[in-house]
Amino acid sequence: MAFQAPVETSTAKIRELTLGTKKTVTVGGQNALAFHSFEGTLPNGPKIAMEVYDTTPADWADELKRAIGDVWGDPVAWAKKCEGEFGADLICLQLAGTDPNGANRSVADAVATVKAVAEAISVPLMVYGSGNSDKDAELLKAVAEATQGKNVIIGLAVEENYKSIGAAAMGFGAKVSGETPIDVNMAKQLNILLTNLGVPLDALLIDPSTGALGYGLEYCFSIHERIKLAALKQNDAMLQSPTIANLGKEVWRAKEAKISQADAPQWGDGRKRGIIWETLTATAVMMAGADILIMRHPEAVKLIRKTIAELGA
Amino acid sequence: MALTGMAIFKHMPKTNCGQCGVPTCLAFAMKLAAGGASLDQCPFVSEAAKELLAEASAPPIRGVVIGEGEFALKIGEELVMHRHEKTFFNPAGYALLIEDTEDAAAVAGKLAALKAATYERVAQKLRSNLVAVKNASGDAAKFTACVAAVAGAIEYPLVLMAEPAAIEAALAVTALKRPLLYAATKANLDAMAALAKKLGAPLAVKAVSLDELGELTAKLDGMGVKDLVLDPGSRTLKETHQNLVYIRRAALKKKLRPFGYPIITFPAEETTDDMMETIHAAIYTIKYGGIVVLRDLSPEKAYALYVLRQNIYTDPQRPMQVEQGFYPINGADENSPVLITTNFSLTYFIVSSEIEGSKVPAWLGIVDTDGLSTLTAWAAGKFVPDRIAAFVTKSDLASKVKHRTVIIPGYVAQLSGELEEELAGWKVVVGPREASELPAFLKALK
Ligand code: B12
Ligand code: SF4
Repeated sequence: MAFQAPVETSTAKIRELTLGTKKTVTVGGQNALAFHSFEGTLPNGPKIAMEVYDTTPADWADELKRAIGDVWGDPVAWAKKCEGEFGADLICLQLAGTDPNGANRSVADAVATVKAVAEAISVPLMVYGSGNSDKDAELLKAVAEATQGKNVIIGLAVEENYKSIGAAAMGFGAKVSGETPIDVNMAKQLNILLTNLGVPLDALLIDPSTGALGYGLEYCFSIHERIKLAALKQNDAMLQSPTIANLGKEVWRAKEAKISQADAPQWGDGRKRGIIWETLTATAVMMAGADILIMRHPEAVKLIRKTIAELGA
Repeated sequence: MALTGMAIFKHMPKTNCGQCGVPTCLAFAMKLAAGGASLDQCPFVSEAAKELLAEASAPPIRGVVIGEGEFALKIGEELVMHRHEKTFFNPAGYALLIEDTEDAAAVAGKLAALKAATYERVAQKLRSNLVAVKNASGDAAKFTACVAAVAGAIEYPLVLMAEPAAIEAALAVTALKRPLLYAATKANLDAMAALAKKLGAPLAVKAVSLDELGELTAKLDGMGVKDLVLDPGSRTLKETHQNLVYIRRAALKKKLRPFGYPIITFPAEETTDDMMETIHAAIYTIKYGGIVVLRDLSPEKAYALYVLRQNIYTDPQRPMQVEQGFYPINGADENSPVLITTNFSLTYFIVSSEIEGSKVPAWLGIVDTDGLSTLTAWAAGKFVPDRIAAFVTKSDLASKVKHRTVIIPGYVAQLSGELEEELAGWKVVVGPREASELPAFLKALK
C-alpha cells in the first residue's frame, strides 16, 4: 500500500515584513506551520534577535556575564559583538534604564544610546522601552523620530499606550510590536485598534507574551500555535502578523537557569543548564510558530541556529 | 472512532431476548454507542461481531504498555494534533541507550546516575522511563550479559535492540516482563512476530519508508501482533519531524489503522553532539514522539526535558490548584513569619519548596485565586486587597501567630498600601520578587 502523504496546504500566509536598511532581514511569508516545508513554502524561517541593555543589568547570572564578556555594560560594543561575533539576525535594544522606578534615564539620554547603537550596527534594530507604559509612550515617540528611515521595530505597544506608540510609528515609518497577555482575541484586538488608528498592517508584529520552561511555557506554546492556526487555516488577517517571543528575559529569571552547580548539585552542570533552559524554551516556541526569538546567551543562539538549519526552514 | 447505534445494531443478534438488561437489541446498541454499556453484557454476540466492534471503537492510536507494575510505561492513545484542542494524554517515555560494547563499570555508573535523576515538581514525580540495550557487538553472548547486568541494576523496563535469536538468548537468561522488542524489519518479520507472540511482548517495527512501514504493520496485525511501536527509519531531524507529523495525521485524520500506533524516535542515532541530542529529544517530545532514545541523560539535560514534557502534557483545560488555607512549613509556630501567595499549583510548589529549602519555620497562606499565578490573578482581580483581607480575616491566623505582619510577593508591591488599610491591625511587608530570593530574605528577618 503506497502511503498517501496527508498534506494540508493553505492559501493564506503570514505577512512578509522586511526590517532594517543596511543589512535587511525578512520575516514571515510562510504558508505552512513551523518547519512544515513538506506542504508549503517557508521563505525566511525564524530569526534571532539578541538583547542588549542600555544600562548594566544588576542581577544577571554569572554565566551570562561570562559569555557576553568584555562588552558587558557598553551597549554599542555589546551590540557590535552580537552582530559580528554571535551572529545575531537583529539587535533588540532594551531601554530598561529609563524605568521611572529604576535608573530613570531621561528620554534624551536614551535616544543618544539608541542613535549610537543604530550607527554601529548593520542588522535591523528593535528598540524596547522599560515596560512603564507612560514613559514608553514618550520615549518610543522620540526613538521613532531619531531612527526615522532605519526601518526599526519599536515596542512594546500595550492597551494603555498603543495610541501614542502607533502614531509615532506611523509618523516616522517604524514597525510596532504589540504585546498582549496570552490571549488570541486580545492579540487580534490590539492589531485591530492599531490599524484603526491608521498603522498599516505590514508594520505590525504580535508579541503574545512569554512564559519560560517550567514557568508557564505551555500557555505560551499554545498561544503561538493557535495564532498560526487561525492565521493560516482560518485566514484571519489580523493574526497574520509575524510573532515575537521575548524569551531570554523570562528564561534567565528562572532559578533553574541561574543557580550554580554547587548550590543545586542534583540539577547537574550549572553552566550548561542555563543554556539548555533557554534553548528548550526557544525550541518550543519556535516549533509553535514564533517568527522572531529574542534571546540572550550566545551559545543558546548558536544551538537554535543549528536547529533551524537542520529542520530546514 | 465512535460508531452510531444503528451501525452497532447491524451486528447484534436481533433476538431481543433482554438478557443484557434492556428490552431490545436496538436499545442496547444505542446504549453502547452512548458509552453506557459494554459489549460483554450481551452473552450472544458473535466473535466476529465482537472483533469488528472492538476494532471500530478502538482509539485511533493504540495504547501500548511496556513493562509491568510500578515502572510500566504506557504510550499512545493520543487524540489531537495540538494540545489546546483537548490535551495530550500519555507522556513520551525517555530511554537511555546502552550498547553491549560499553565497559561494564561505565554502564553501572550511567544507570546509577539515571536512577538518581528523579525529581519532584508540582506534585509530580519526574524521571526517565526505559533503558534501551543495543546489541552493537553483534555477539549474542555479550548482549545476554549486558541485558542481565542492566536488568539487575535498574527496574525500568527495557528496549531490546537485537535480532530475534540474540533477544531470545538474552531472555532465556534474564526473564523480563513485556520488554519492547526492537525491531521487526522486512527481513526478520516472521521470526520477530513469532517471538513477540510467544512472549506477549510489544514489538517495534522499523521500515525504510512510510510505504513499507504501513505494509509491515498491516501484516503484523494480520498475524495477530497488535502492540506495535513505529520507527519510520529516518535519522535526520528534518525527516523525522516530517514523519512524525505525517504518521500522527494519518492516524487521527485519515484513520489509517496501519499508522495508529505510538512512535519511537532516536536522537541518539541522529547526532553526536550532546546538546543537539537534547534539542532533537525536545522536538520529539513536543511533536508526537512516544519513546525518545538518548545517549546522554545527564541531570542538566534530563531535568530540562522532564519539565518540558510536564509542560506540554499538562491538561490545558484544568489549571492545577491547591486548597486555600494557612500551611505550616518547617514546624512553624506562633512567632513564625506569614507569607501570602496564590493557589496556582506551580506558584505554590515553587514558593513552598523555597521556604522548605531555607529551613526557616514559616506560615504560607494560600489565597483561592481559581488556580491563577500571582500576576495573572492580580490582573484578573482575584489576588487583590479585599480578597486577600477577607481570606486573612476569616481564617484563624490571628490565633496561630502572636505577631501581626504578613509578607506579600514583590511582584504585587502595588497592593501593599490598600491591603494594609483593609487589614486593620496588620502590617504588610513586601517580599522579594522571585521566590528564589526567599531563603536569603527569610534568614535576614531573624
Ligand atoms: C501563564 C500566564 C497566564 C495563563 C494563566 C496561568 C495560571 N494558571 O495562572 C493564562 C493564559 C490563563 C493567563 C491569563 C491572563 N493573564 Co497571564 N500570564 C501568564 C504568564 C505568561 C506566566 C505566569 C506564570 O505562570 N508564572 C509562573 C508563576 C510561578 O509565577 P508567580 O505566580 O508570579 O510566582 C513567582 C513570584 O511571584 C514569586 N512569588 C509567588 N508567590 C510569592 C509569595 C511571596 C511572599 C514572595 C516573596 C514571592 C512569591 O515566586 C514565583 C517564582 O519566582 C505571565 C507573563 C510572565 N511571563 O510572567 C502572564 C501575565 C501574568 N498575565 C497577565 C494578564 C493581564 C492576564 C489576563 C488578565 C489577560 C486577560 N485580560 O485576559 C488573564 C487573566 C486570567 C483570567 N481572566 O482568568 C499579565 C499581568 C500584567 C500585570 N503586570 O499585571 C502578564 C504579566 C502578561 C503581560 N506581560 O501582560 N495568563
Ligand atoms: S442480550 Fe444481546 S441479544 Fe439479548 S437483547 Fe440484549 S443485545 Fe439483544
